[in-house]
Amino acid sequence: MTSDTQTKTAANRRRITSSVMTTLTATCAFFAVTVLVLIIGYIALRGLGAINLQFLTDTPKPVGEGGGIGNAILGSLILLLLSSVIGLPFGIAVGIYLAEFGAGRFAGLIRFVTDTLTGVPSIVVGVFVYTILVLPMRQFSALAGGIALALVMIPIIARTTEEMIRLVPTSLREGALALGAPQWRVTTGVVLPAAASGIATGAMLAVARVSGETAPLLFTAFGSRFFNVYLDQPIASLTVQIYNYAISPYDEWHAMAWAATLVLMTLILAINILVRFFTRKKI
Amino acid sequence: MATPTSTTASVKSATETMQERTRAFENDRESRVAAKVSVRELDFFYGRAQALHKISLDVGSQIVMAFIGPSGCGKSTFLRTLNRMNDTIPGTRVEGSVQIDGQDIYAPGTDVVELRRRVGMVFQKSNPFPKSIFDNVAYGLRINKLTSSKTELSDRVEEALTNAALWPEVKDRLKASALSLSGGQQQRLCIARALAVRPEVILMDEPASALDPIATQKIEELIVELKRQYTIVIVTHNMQQAARVSDETAFFWLGKLVEVNSTEQMFTNPNEKLTEDYITGRFG
Repeated sequence: MTSDTQTKTAANRRRITSSVMTTLTATCAFFAVTVLVLIIGYIALRGLGAINLQFLTDTPKPVGEGGGIGNAILGSLILLLLSSVIGLPFGIAVGIYLAEFGAGRFAGLIRFVTDTLTGVPSIVVGVFVYTILVLPMRQFSALAGGIALALVMIPIIARTTEEMIRLVPTSLREGALALGAPQWRVTTGVVLPAAASGIATGAMLAVARVSGETAPLLFTAFGSRFFNVYLDQPIASLTVQIYNYAISPYDEWHAMAWAATLVLMTLILAINILVRFFTRKKI
Repeated sequence: MATPTSTTASVKSATETMQERTRAFENDRESRVAAKVSVRELDFFYGRAQALHKISLDVGSQIVMAFIGPSGCGKSTFLRTLNRMNDTIPGTRVEGSVQIDGQDIYAPGTDVVELRRRVGMVFQKSNPFPKSIFDNVAYGLRINKLTSSKTELSDRVEEALTNAALWPEVKDRLKASALSLSGGQQQRLCIARALAVRPEVILMDEPASALDPIATQKIEELIVELKRQYTIVIVTHNMQQAARVSDETAFFWLGKLVEVNSTEQMFTNPNEKLTEDYITGRFG
């Protein structure tokens, strides 16, 4: 009898603990998502009104004359492309080295340095590129901006690439080696394709991260009021444009800052979807 | 339990018996080469721990030899020394000699990549690449540049899949992912992949341990079929399997080779007490 009651009490306690924990985690999840929805909703609410074709295609104009962020959209795309072209191969190569060939002290050092770099505030990267590139060139440039963004990307991509490659089972590598494949062909032909979607996700996260960066661009790409495609000239970007509009005292520009934010978020979402589309598992 | 000295002595006598037997076998069929794989005094170390002690063993051409023994007795480790797969594990060391067709594969200057093409391997867990069925089988052919035209490539792929008894099941979906196959099919695909490069020796590390009885039966029939062309060495935990598929059996215990014998002899009247105890399930 007594043992029966004990079993019942234990079962009850278990049920209560379980439901309390479920409620707790569900509430936290709900709040996290709510905040995200609120941010997106509020930006859409404030920004949507100012968006029209002229806003998306025109260059900035003085207060009261309208104008747009066409050059900033183009500038951001160029900066992202430039930083990806530099940062992706570099970061992925570092990740491959760390995962496939990196044993011993040298690799440990590189791993430590990449981890530290991930934590370096991005404005420091901006100042660094200003010192080594903008000062000698005596001019702000798209190139300097792209390099600054690439420097932010590289450590992130390197570490995610390493993690993803490590997830590829040893049995796959051994299978390829047992067929007479040299090490480098195992890496390029079997390991990398198996890790591709994970690496792409990491790369995408890095691109999304830098597309929201303002600080590294302030002293490098600087900003521009004109359409520019030359890499040795200052170039506009959405984030710097948002910053400039947002700190201005004009209501019209504040509205434009909201609208530009909405555009930036849409751009990041579009990159996300595109990358997912192209790296979806084909096999 | 046998003392170490008597075990070593009996290992020697077992090896001698086996060599005699092999010689008798050769006289029957002149086409056979003396020994395809010949191992002498092989020691193997993981760091400081010695995993194999003075293994000497001959595997004849076009036979199936089974390795049996309790877990951790070194049979897989030994199998992996035959295509230098252990090279990939840091801190391992080999002493002694392994000859394949009379050539020492641990001699300096050995082309390990070429060795692994000649000595294929099938693993315990099927490990198809995340590629299409066709590309899996074609992988070894492509990296070793063994074919000169697209038709030749697809012919060789078909041949390998046919030999692995998988062709009828996959011929209409060669472009499908290898991962869409069932476990048994995946393992036969891995066998096909190994066969495609036409190795001389095939090493199988418990190839059927993760499969159901029907898939296991298919693999076993395949092994018996394959020995017409290949020399096969198979590690197995399943004694019935060893009895069904192999011509010769080697019994490993604590990193030592206790006995090598014809499978029939091994399972009916083994030379060693230890072998008998293991086979009859008295320990292990």
